[in-house]
Amino acid sequence: MTELLVLAALGGVAVCTGVLVFVVDSMARATFSLLASFLATGAALLVMDLAYLGLLTILMMTIEMAIMAVFMIMLMMNPAGLVPMTMVHNTTGSAVVGAAAFVLLTVGVWTTDWPDRPGPPPDDATAQVGEAVMGDYMLVMILVGVVLLATMVAGIALATHRGRYDRFGPDLDRRAPDDPVRGGLPR
Amino acid sequence: MTELTLQVVLTVAAALVGTGLFGALSQQSIVMVMMGLELVVNGVLLAAGAAWAFLTPQLPGAQVLVLMATVVMAVEMAMGFAVALAIYRARQVDTVDAAEDLAG
Amino acid sequence: MTETTWTSPWAGLAVAGVAVLLGLVLASLDALVRGAPAPGGRPVLRAVTPLRAGARLLLERRRTTLAPDRLLRTVALVATPVLALLSAAVLPFGGRSVVSTSADLVWFNAAEALLWAAVWLLGWGPNAVHPLVGAYRFLAQGLAYELPLMFAIITVGVGAGSLRATDVVAAQADGNWFLWTMPVAFVVFLLGAAAFAFWGPFRAPAGADLAGGVLAEVSGVDRLLVQVGRAVFLGVAAATAAAWFLGGQDGPVLPGPVWYALKTLAVMALLVGVGRRWPVVRPERFADVAWVVLLPATILQSAVAAVLVLGGFYR
Repeated sequence: MTELLVLAALGGVAVCTGVLVFVVDSMARATFSLLASFLATGAALLVMDLAYLGLLTILMMTIEMAIMAVFMIMLMMNPAGLVPMTMVHNTTGSAVVGAAAFVLLTVGVWTTDWPDRPGPPPDDATAQVGEAVMGDYMLVMILVGVVLLATMVAGIALATHRGRYDRFGPDLDRRAPDDPVRGGLPR
Repeated sequence: MTELTLQVVLTVAAALVGTGLFGALSQQSIVMVMMGLELVVNGVLLAAGAAWAFLTPQLPGAQVLVLMATVVMAVEMAMGFAVALAIYRARQVDTVDAAEDLAG
Repeated sequence: MTETTWTSPWAGLAVAGVAVLLGLVLASLDALVRGAPAPGGRPVLRAVTPLRAGARLLLERRRTTLAPDRLLRTVALVATPVLALLSAAVLPFGGRSVVSTSADLVWFNAAEALLWAAVWLLGWGPNAVHPLVGAYRFLAQGLAYELPLMFAIITVGVGAGSLRATDVVAAQADGNWFLWTMPVAFVVFLLGAAAFAFWGPFRAPAGADLAGGVLAEVSGVDRLLVQVGRAVFLGVAAATAAAWFLGGQDGPVLPGPVWYALKTLAVMALLVGVGRRWPVVRPERFADVAWVVLLPATILQSAVAAVLVLGGFYR
């Protein structure tokens, strides 16, 4: 019973802060409202005995949202929300789609005959997931590694505006790259 | 009791997915669209965690699904920001409406 | 796994007290080494400078800026000391900690990662230029220190074969301290600790060149909260390093808690002694060093630990 109440409360926080993301004017508040939603989810995972995954969610989402805040401030007009403004399109249609998705999923959740839990959770959920990704799911993790590497390369290629000719000269013969920001290593 | 708890948590996850979908569809700013997508994946995280705790705690599959959802979020963020920066550099575009010609 | 957690509510309060004490000791050591103004011309009294400064901040009237984001500012001010105390919850004392999960190491890491949000909000809240620039500096610094720090923490987990703090200490029994096989991880952990508390060589986010950076517009009790949070975080990090790399209570003759305290003091002395002798490092320079030198070094370090685990070295 306690678990149900705690999870329901955390879920309420997650949904409310999630809605606030699209209500508040200030971009900083929107970003950290989304972070609050993730923190509530992470806490819910912790309550459900998923210590590692809950903490991982908290850790990763905090860093992600801090970076997100930088981009929000950089790319949005009116980042502090000091002037009321809305940047939305097709609100009604979007609301209908969102509500339809919610209703559809909820009907499914409450009409499905869920099986009983076969047994109690293991003593150490962290060891379970650790052994899984180093065992049966090893291939998945190897693929994830490749995907993340590709993401890093593609992300840098898309985001940077300076190529090797800018850094090493038209004939690529400069010994030290000509960068606007000097690094900390002697090159 | 576990079934009721599972249903409540899954309903919350459905609400997160619905809210995120609404945000992703209704917002004009590219970054805000990404916030909506993040919220959808947040719902997936919660649902996968609940599936593990209340349906298959003896199997690691649902835990790996949670891991995958976080990976999806990381990839979505990195590529989303890279694309947002690239299109802003190319033509000072920061809303999806101004980039409609990219639609296939 | 209840035997690794204290069930008494007093344990939490006691550990919070220990954490505050750790912060105070660290601040006093720092004041001694830094050569803070000596009250009454007696250098020994430098050690009480943090207490005096704290009392003065308590009495000081708070300044506010024009159109601050009050909500987010308050969140940041409260979050900093609270996160510092939360990081102390996984400090192992005699085989127990206030919170004991199967991922304590990640708990500490998450508490420190939440500082990213807290410090950024601290800079965003006052609606002023210098704090905001300081906040961006902290994020840049964070991108530099976070990954090496994570690998340093992972190395500890690899060596112990567990992410539980009490298991980490148990794995180092009888002088098998992780420091002997993980010196790189130890150094990187302390570097990371100094960087997330933006202290010593990593104080650029609150640098003098920015008129105080993220701290420029916080005064009075607000400033006290933030400074206490930073000091406690650094003090707890020193105690954590003593537990994770120096075996915590492990040692001959003397009782365990004495060893633990001595080791924590030694780590603090190392941290303050070296940290106060380094000039401030600019975040973009540190980022280069962190990604080109520290990150490969910590990956190699964790690989070495993994090979040693396979060779049965740690048991």
